[in-house]
Amino acid sequence: MIGWTTLLLLMSAATPILFAALGEAIAERSGVLNLGVEGMMITGALAGFAAAHATGSPLAGFVAGAAAGAAISLIFGVLTQYLLTNQVATGLALTMFGLGLTAMFGRPYEGVKAPSMPGGPLGVNWAIWLGLALVPLTWFVLNRTRRGLILRGVGENHDAAHALGYKVRLVRLVAIAIGGAMAGIGGAYVSIATVLQWTEGMTAGAGWIALAIVVFAGWSPWGVLAGAWLFGGVAVLQLRLQAAGVAVPVQLLSMAPYLATIVVLVIISARQKYRGRGSAAPGSLGRPFHATR
Amino acid sequence: MCKGGNRLTCQKHNGDGVTDELFRAEGLSKTYPGVRANDEVSFSVAAGEIHALLGENGAGKSTLVKAIYGLIRPDAGRMWLGGVPHAPSDPHAARAAGVGMVFQHFSLFDALTVAENIALGMDAPPRRADLSRRIAQVSAAYGLPLNPARRIESLSAGERQRVEIVRCLLGNPRLLIMDEPTSVLTPQEAEILFATLRQLAAQGTAILYISHKLDEIRTHCDRATILRQGRVVGTVNPRDHSARELAAMMVGAEMRLVDRSGRQAGAVVLTVAGLTSAPATEGTSLQDVGFQIRAGEILGIGGVAGNGQEELIAALSGETTGRPGTVVLDGHDLSAQGPEPRRRAGLLAAPEDRLGHAAVPEMSLTENAILTGATRQQLQRRGVIDHRAARRFAETIIADFDVRTPGPATAAGALSGGNLQKFVIGREILQAPRALVVNQPTWGVDAGAAAAIRQALLDLAGRGAAVVVISQDLDELLELSDRFAALNAGRLSAPVATEGLTLEQIGLMLGGAHGMEVAHVAA
Repeated sequence: MIGWTTLLLLMSAATPILFAALGEAIAERSGVLNLGVEGMMITGALAGFAAAHATGSPLAGFVAGAAAGAAISLIFGVLTQYLLTNQVATGLALTMFGLGLTAMFGRPYEGVKAPSMPGGPLGVNWAIWLGLALVPLTWFVLNRTRRGLILRGVGENHDAAHALGYKVRLVRLVAIAIGGAMAGIGGAYVSIATVLQWTEGMTAGAGWIALAIVVFAGWSPWGVLAGAWLFGGVAVLQLRLQAAGVAVPVQLLSMAPYLATIVVLVIISARQKYRGRGSAAPGSLGRPFHATR
Repeated sequence: MCKGGNRLTCQKHNGDGVTDELFRAEGLSKTYPGVRANDEVSFSVAAGEIHALLGENGAGKSTLVKAIYGLIRPDAGRMWLGGVPHAPSDPHAARAAGVGMVFQHFSLFDALTVAENIALGMDAPPRRADLSRRIAQVSAAYGLPLNPARRIESLSAGERQRVEIVRCLLGNPRLLIMDEPTSVLTPQEAEILFATLRQLAAQGTAILYISHKLDEIRTHCDRATILRQGRVVGTVNPRDHSARELAAMMVGAEMRLVDRSGRQAGAVVLTVAGLTSAPATEGTSLQDVGFQIRAGEILGIGGVAGNGQEELIAALSGETTGRPGTVVLDGHDLSAQGPEPRRRAGLLAAPEDRLGHAAVPEMSLTENAILTGATRQQLQRRGVIDHRAARRFAETIIADFDVRTPGPATAAGALSGGNLQKFVIGREILQAPRALVVNQPTWGVDAGAAAAIRQALLDLAGRGAAVVVISQDLDELLELSDRFAALNAGRLSAPVATEGLTLEQIGLMLGGAHGMEVAHVAA
């Protein structure tokens, strides 16, 4: 039986991935494939933890996490949008850069405790509420506002958007920064609200799962929410099973959330394709844009 | 006004008597690295006129209209719109000043709806419900039916163009630029477009109409400004000049007319029967396509893109294989063979998609020549490439087909579209095929080079090869082919003799009205 506590745990486990995947969905809707989510998350995790520790305020931590995530994502943005580097290679490099950078600067924070998170309405902290609120908000902005329409247009066909006078690189840079900030918040949630301390590489592949969720969710915020909750649910379940002492190796159980999420999402997206709805991928996703002036 | 007679010295209006001049450009110049796209271009457009901008590919037409629409900034020169200086910094400013543009390659977003696409082309779009109502109003007023909720990807080429036009009209443009609007339309769809344009002109909108289709311009345009190599050659009344005279002004020399003489149909070379492709997830599947073609004969296959042309050339080249007996060359069944055995047997193909199916952009011209010529030209010995022979073959193609390139070591992707097209066609023709299938042989090629390619195809047929030309350019098909067939929704009409065929009859065939009309034509 699923009680309120279980649901709470589920939402908490899902929140970092929800933030990161929503941000990546925005970036990809603008046509940018940023594989550096893991690197942006871990940067946000360290920066957030350091700020929260220094000020004693978790809020300051989240703000710092967002700022750090956005800042590091802009490295990717300038490289890919203005210097036209390959997006896949640059994204992978960003992840490795983030992991290495935080491993170095994170040394002083190992073994330090985070300030405690204040509770929120219904015993759910406000970071979770924020993540939930961002789902309909993202949907609304993307599908019902002019800015969202321009962003989707740029992602769908950047040549056409340019021909109509939209600033393709600027739109994408903004989308990349939003994606970075949200990945940073997701990372900060891991260090400030979940683990309550800093450990090297603590995001543990959450960025990669977020990337997969975006694709299989068909770039829709609601699909992203479903994917994140699925991951959170299996994560809670395997923790329960571990606690109950089930005779399954711990490694297999720890693997379960990643595996289950991918399998379910693959099935969903395969069924959509089978029904002839085709791929929902933005038409210009991952393609470099170079305007001829 | 300009009278006939002195056709090359007939210059632009100098302002006298033209009180309703809407747009004027003076001394516009734009230089790109290595090419002067516009050189001191001056011309004017009056309100309510359909003004043609005529020129070969690379003559500077697109650069000129991009400057008017604010996509590029000219290096020098000035423009006026309605008496006010016009120097748009971006398309938003141009639209605000009253300039609308319909692009050659549609600037539409496939995954978005008609309403969303139109909203993206407006600077202050109304709310959704209001927008849908205004789209409906404009659609009704100009006879351009549109459903605002449909996604672009489900629309035909003609409907897509309607979306672009309605998008422009909602901005109430004073000057509407149309960049080669009929290149994707059937003759009937083009007639509807011209009716709309005449209606707009009657209401005082000036229309700047880019095209290289001379008959179209002679029928529908009030004046034509002719560009050659970035310069204005003259502004004329196109009705006072023959198509040949206009072409001569565009090219700067008398056009070489293709010579169809000296060909005799021989024995049947290629037999295609019952060609049916599996239903594809995207694209059109072929339905029981069949034809026979004799040595020395050219069969023209017309049709609007997307009606199975890609699938047909893939089935003939061997990219997709078929059931036994569907593709037979000189009595040998090649149906189950891939491209290489078919080449060995003498069935060659030059696809349209030059950088997708015909050439590897990153590889040099020599290497690209090896890709299809290895066997027939003996460019390899026991699997080892004979580089000297390959380079010689590439150099022969470059020389014989006037490919403008520094040399055979140049990457294919560095060539302009027209030059690469010449290379691809030349590569196949020089291999002396028994049967050659080409798709859009002169697409994107300027008029002079197009004539050379057509002549090379005719010469090939004259040497006894069977040639299948798939094209959307009906004039080209009428000029080249002995027999004509229309491809519509994956079905091929029965081929009919080209002689005596009118554009109207062809239009009906393209629209899918086979059977009766075809029988009528054949009779």
